[in-house]
Amino acid sequence: MSGRPKPLPVLGDELSRTYWEAAAEGRLLLQRCRACGAYQHYPRGHCVRCFAPDPEWVEAAGSGRLHTFSIVQRTSDPSFEDDVPYAFGIVELDEGPRLAVNVVDTPLEELACDLPVSIVFTPAAGGIALPNATRKEAG
Amino acid sequence: MGLSGQVAIVGAYESPRRKAPGMHPFELQAECVRGALEDAGLSLADVDGFCTAAGFPGEGGAWMDTCEVAEWLGIHPAFLDGTDTGGAAPLSQAGHAAAAIATGLADVVVVSYAACSYSGAADFDTPPPGWGPYGYEAPYGLTTVAAYALAAQRHMHELGTTPEQLALVAVQCRANAAANPDARYRDPLTVEDVLASPVIASPLHRLDCCVVTDSGGAIVLTGPSRAASCRKRPVWLLGFGEAAGQVQMSQMWPYTETVARVSGPRALAMAGVTLDDLDCAQIYDSFTITVLLTLESLGFCERGEGGAFVESGALAPAGSLPINTDGGGLSSNHPGRRGIFTLIEGVRQLRGESPGVQLADPKLVLCHGTGGSLSATATVILGI
Ligand SMILES: [Zn+2]
Repeated sequence: MSGRPKPLPVLGDELSRTYWEAAAEGRLLLQRCRACGAYQHYPRGHCVRCFAPDPEWVEAAGSGRLHTFSIVQRTSDPSFEDDVPYAFGIVELDEGPRLAVNVVDTPLEELACDLPVSIVFTPAAGGIALPNATRKEAG
Repeated sequence: MGLSGQVAIVGAYESPRRKAPGMHPFELQAECVRGALEDAGLSLADVDGFCTAAGFPGEGGAWMDTCEVAEWLGIHPAFLDGTDTGGAAPLSQAGHAAAAIATGLADVVVVSYAACSYSGAADFDTPPPGWGPYGYEAPYGLTTVAAYALAAQRHMHELGTTPEQLALVAVQCRANAAANPDARYRDPLTVEDVLASPVIASPLHRLDCCVVTDSGGAIVLTGPSRAASCRKRPVWLLGFGEAAGQVQMSQMWPYTETVARVSGPRALAMAGVTLDDLDCAQIYDSFTITVLLTLESLGFCERGEGGAFVESGALAPAGSLPINTDGGGLSSNHPGRRGIFTLIEGVRQLRGESPGVQLADPKLVLCHGTGGSLSATATVILGI
């Protein structure tokens, strides 16, 4: 374990607090625009499609596809040095928005673009739980 | 707004340094400003506008980086720009400086850049604090190389681009660097060498990535009357465009294009020229995939045909679109915001002064920057 702690989200405002407190309970929250119906991630106080204020929080189904990924072999961030190789990915959720994740509990050699994945939650320091992706079980 | 004949680059200087241990990056900026002004035959007292961005790791700036560098130089400019489009920033700033000169807001503007990313062991992988947007990606260990690798991975999956095709970009830049005495690496490189180098973030290898140096550069811009009395023939800034895409990778869409699709056509339209008119291009090459995406997004080839375009030999000095004639960031110089060197090499080509591969009598050059994580682009058209 390297000396420096890993970067963690700072729950410094209402939006990030709502998102990360739900994640700690195993729920992935998205936002849906009350005016145009668009889903979005990451959370803001407005819709980035039509700028209508106050989108509603909705719970994601927790399913999607691994749109793209990279297996990280080298990093200059000492807090991740002990983790290489690890997979950073972008999941396209069934609702549409894309989510940054680590792909966990999945052999790295099985990773491929468009691989069906489920969202799981990985405990981190400080009571944070990180939404991550894992290969969807067949059937 | 057209710029034809209104704004010239009259001075250009690239530091020959690639390692500068013990030197503060602001002093490297001073070397570059001095070099560019001497090239122009102007003095620091002539400068009334100053542009730089110096807030990244290795650049020495802190909270007011543009003003901090101006203070170090000992000037009090009345026009300032510190627009941060990442590595494209010097091109953005050159475009803004041109607008300032054309409207009478400034007379002589220096755009300068320097960083000690090699000696400073600049860490580009540790993100800023996680209050706000970075909080949703920083915990996952996204590195700079991995951000570009996301685009390469999707491009390969969706459009069939191969690692060999990407490697050819690095091979061409190395071939161009062979003649450049200041280039960081000059030994010949093969596709096999690139593919045999360690994977840093799949599918990108070490030799798909730019060099990391301590260096800098500067250019001097002014209007036509003062340009007429400068030491060298003016190089005209004919067109400019810039565009912001995304910063967080979850916000990118699609992963197979950049906003060069916006900045490029705007710059060409302002210059009143087409892609076919260009004699060469200096294209930001932080990674091999950066070049491929840029070629497609600017429209030199169709989306998905970048690999075949590279294989055709188009990028070679004798091809239809020679690029990165100094060796580029992949082989010559990349302290952080390489955009300044795309401008400098564009000027050198038009003057017949390239330290790498000098083309025969080029008249029109496209210079292009891509900053951040494929985040923002800026395009400048230069002519003589
Ligand atoms: Zn909306």
